Amino acid sequence: MSVVDRQEWDVVVVGAGGAGLRAAIEARERGARTAVICKSLFGKAHTVMAEGGIAAAMANANPHDNWQVHFRDTLRGGKFLNQWRMAELHAQEAPDRVWELETWGALFDRTKDGRISQRNFGGHEYPRLAHVGDRTGLELIRTLQQKIVSLQQQDFKETGDYESRLKVFQECTVTRVLKDTASSSGSAAGRVSGVFAYDRETGRFFVLEAPAVVIATGGIGKSFKVTSNSWEYTGDGHALALLAGAPLLNMEFVQFHPTGMVWPPSVKGILVTESVRGDGGVLRNSEGKRFMFDYIPDVFKEKYAESEEEGDRWYEDPDNNRRPPELLPRDEVARAINSEVKAGRGSPHGGVFLDVSTRMPAEVIKRRLPSMYHQFKELADVDITAEAMEVGPTCHYVMGGIAVDSDTAAARGVPGLYAAGEVAGGMHGSNRLGGNSLSDLLVFGRRAGWHAAEYAAAQAFERPPVDDVQVDAAAAEALRPFSAESPEEGTPENPYTLHQELQQTMNDLVGIIRREGEMEQALETLAELRVRARRAGVEGHRQFNPGWHLALDLRNMLLVSECVARAALERTESRGGHTREDHPAMERTWRPVNLLCQLADPTGGLAATDPVRGQIDLLRETTEPIRSDLLALFDKEELVKYLAEEELYE
Amino acid sequence: MSSYEARFKVWRGDVEGGGLEDFKVEVNEGEVVLDIIHRLQATQAPDLAVRWNCKAGKCGSCSAEINGRPRLMCMTRMSVFTPEETITVTPLRAFPVVRDLVTDVGFNYTKAREVPSFVPPAGLGPGEYRMMQEDVDRSQEFRKCIECFLCQDTCHVVRDHEENKPAFAGPRFLMRVAELDMHPLDAATESGLDRKSTAQDEHGLGYCNITKCCTEVCPEGIKITDNALIPLKERAVDRKYDPLVWLGNKIRRRV
Repeated sequence: MSVVDRQEWDVVVVGAGGAGLRAAIEARERGARTAVICKSLFGKAHTVMAEGGIAAAMANANPHDNWQVHFRDTLRGGKFLNQWRMAELHAQEAPDRVWELETWGALFDRTKDGRISQRNFGGHEYPRLAHVGDRTGLELIRTLQQKIVSLQQQDFKETGDYESRLKVFQECTVTRVLKDTASSSGSAAGRVSGVFAYDRETGRFFVLEAPAVVIATGGIGKSFKVTSNSWEYTGDGHALALLAGAPLLNMEFVQFHPTGMVWPPSVKGILVTESVRGDGGVLRNSEGKRFMFDYIPDVFKEKYAESEEEGDRWYEDPDNNRRPPELLPRDEVARAINSEVKAGRGSPHGGVFLDVSTRMPAEVIKRRLPSMYHQFKELADVDITAEAMEVGPTCHYVMGGIAVDSDTAAARGVPGLYAAGEVAGGMHGSNRLGGNSLSDLLVFGRRAGWHAAEYAAAQAFERPPVDDVQVDAAAAEALRPFSAESPEEGTPENPYTLHQELQQTMNDLVGIIRREGEMEQALETLAELRVRARRAGVEGHRQFNPGWHLALDLRNMLLVSECVARAALERTESRGGHTREDHPAMERTWRPVNLLCQLADPTGGLAATDPVRGQIDLLRETTEPIRSDLLALFDKEELVKYLAEEELYE
Repeated sequence: MSSYEARFKVWRGDVEGGGLEDFKVEVNEGEVVLDIIHRLQATQAPDLAVRWNCKAGKCGSCSAEINGRPRLMCMTRMSVFTPEETITVTPLRAFPVVRDLVTDVGFNYTKAREVPSFVPPAGLGPGEYRMMQEDVDRSQEFRKCIECFLCQDTCHVVRDHEENKPAFAGPRFLMRVAELDMHPLDAATESGLDRKSTAQDEHGLGYCNITKCCTEVCPEGIKITDNALIPLKERAVDRKYDPLVWLGNKIRRRV
């Protein structure tokens, strides 16, 4: 048995972004001793990069807004594939979650009468995004971070120890969720019993024993070459859940944000916030044409302006004009940009032009979009108050994720496992609206923390024991890259090279526009990479060794990439963040179909070495029918465009 | 501009000690120092330790000293150097080294815990907060802070005086006190907490002699000295010498 440090907690939260921190706050406030584990320093999570805002129907900017309108927008954005109960809870609870932040010290931008200001965004009928300039994510993470500190200060007063009830293990990585085996008291095997982790700084292993684990690790973007995501987004939580036996839902849906920087090459993919368009910025091609007017799909025809004049009037008079098509949902805009570039009407560096300089005075741009001004000035020598930006699509978000119960955020099939935020699937359907991510983190982070704490309390007298065999296996797995230098077959592989090849493969073959043959080719390449990744070797020792960390993250990226490729190959239609060149239409028959990914060999043995067989099995399931009072929020004519024939007659 | 080969000196080592290591490495148009460090990892030094996250100047992780100046590696473009120049990258000097470019920044998290949090006003529920934009502007400027800790690293109060660390919160956390003190709805005073005097008595505001080094290195361009530290000093002083306040304090203490 390995000698590994062990600690007992009630709830362990993996990930310290918006969802993880909100879950931790909730669990601790409901009395659970809570540990948070994150790969970076506390306060650096990917949430800081969110720019535009938090969508919540507070009706501060337009009195007509309410949760029903928000719900409707969310379902339209997701092309009706959303897990509708999640979209309902999200729309109902988002305002409370935003207001609560103010009581924890958040300072949003204000309306003239002193309430929280709300801005326009793609796919939202009314101005709905609470924001702080274009650094809303930073405000969110800092507020939650400071709330955690305030709870720790309370605990210090009462117990003399800041970390007695809520502790952040920063710069630590979880590599396995542990489960109990058949227990002596006769309970079924398979409950969560804790996590196996290593400390990045020292390389030491440790186990946190806990009956409830909340996964809140964010997304998978680091499997793609051009991405707005940070190094942490290696699909850890998706992989941890799969390996623990929980299924992933609809992994084919990956959002390519329409506007990432395209030049210079080293910053390619860095996000240009949608607020640029929400505040009046327009997209033009090399001929100077506002091309988005040519790309309004049928399902949205009645809701978007037909002329530039109408679109421009909408900013001042939204009740009597329709919104400009630059504010279509992200999937539509990304595909349109892709088509313009392909047709030879792109900008010099392979994007299109995004212009605010001719739309707003320089001082307004600097006040409303300070980070964008700074980012282009510093990184690209472009003054956005004087010239247009060059932008193009960048991998931004994964709609697919751990299949969860809508109300409790419990992962399917693994008692004690919860998931919230980007890592959870369902909420956004096939495409997420801008601003719905930060609200998702808060709404479902809270729900996950709440139900995890309740579940943990119920297990208090019969905590699932940690299985030593699993701990030893996890330790051996984590140490494998150090012994890869003398493998039986072949030479050691450089993990950085493997990562680059993986990113290129996903970018080229399972990217924004997909084709059957390319995805089959991608699956073959992934299988080869998987075999080579077994030989990924590292130099040096365990203390803060990035090569080792990457070698371990590769397992997760390869698993998740296979899920995306397999599900994308299976879904023979185009919907939201999944576009098939060989099946360009959205098919109503696919509307009620979920694709679930499961580990083919739960023992984790053979499949990993066998190049032909994949690691993932696909399952189809029929979605739960949308509740009739929610369907009644839409016109019949609109529903006909989305719902399958049999759904309409119910 | 085409590619060229640059000369780098990167500090490598750990608690036990270390030194500058020489590298020759390819540089392409538009790249920043962090790109070059990543290229070294991928091609020459796979175990070179460095912190980074967003690579867009938003998270404040990749702080280091470049040619002796505290900077974010992701926001330092290679074009500010000539191709002939040797570029030296060292870890933040004010904090203990963990490995290579990674330092132990725990000091900052300790100090963060010592600043009492926002006190919500009694009688105002969620959704009832009303604040004017002009009243939140000042605190919002300080909340732009990305906690890169470059100001903490450069501040001479602790940079060369380890012994001052226990008594001094540093510019970042004195600014946090100012932010809360200027928050229009913070009810600290009503709860018996005087943020101004604690800045002086508990967080070491008096050590600061306004040389503005912190403002100079702030990647967010926050006017830390002019807008946070100097006003806080003024308010703390007002507090001390205001006879009414003095009287009030005397009376309250007796009760």
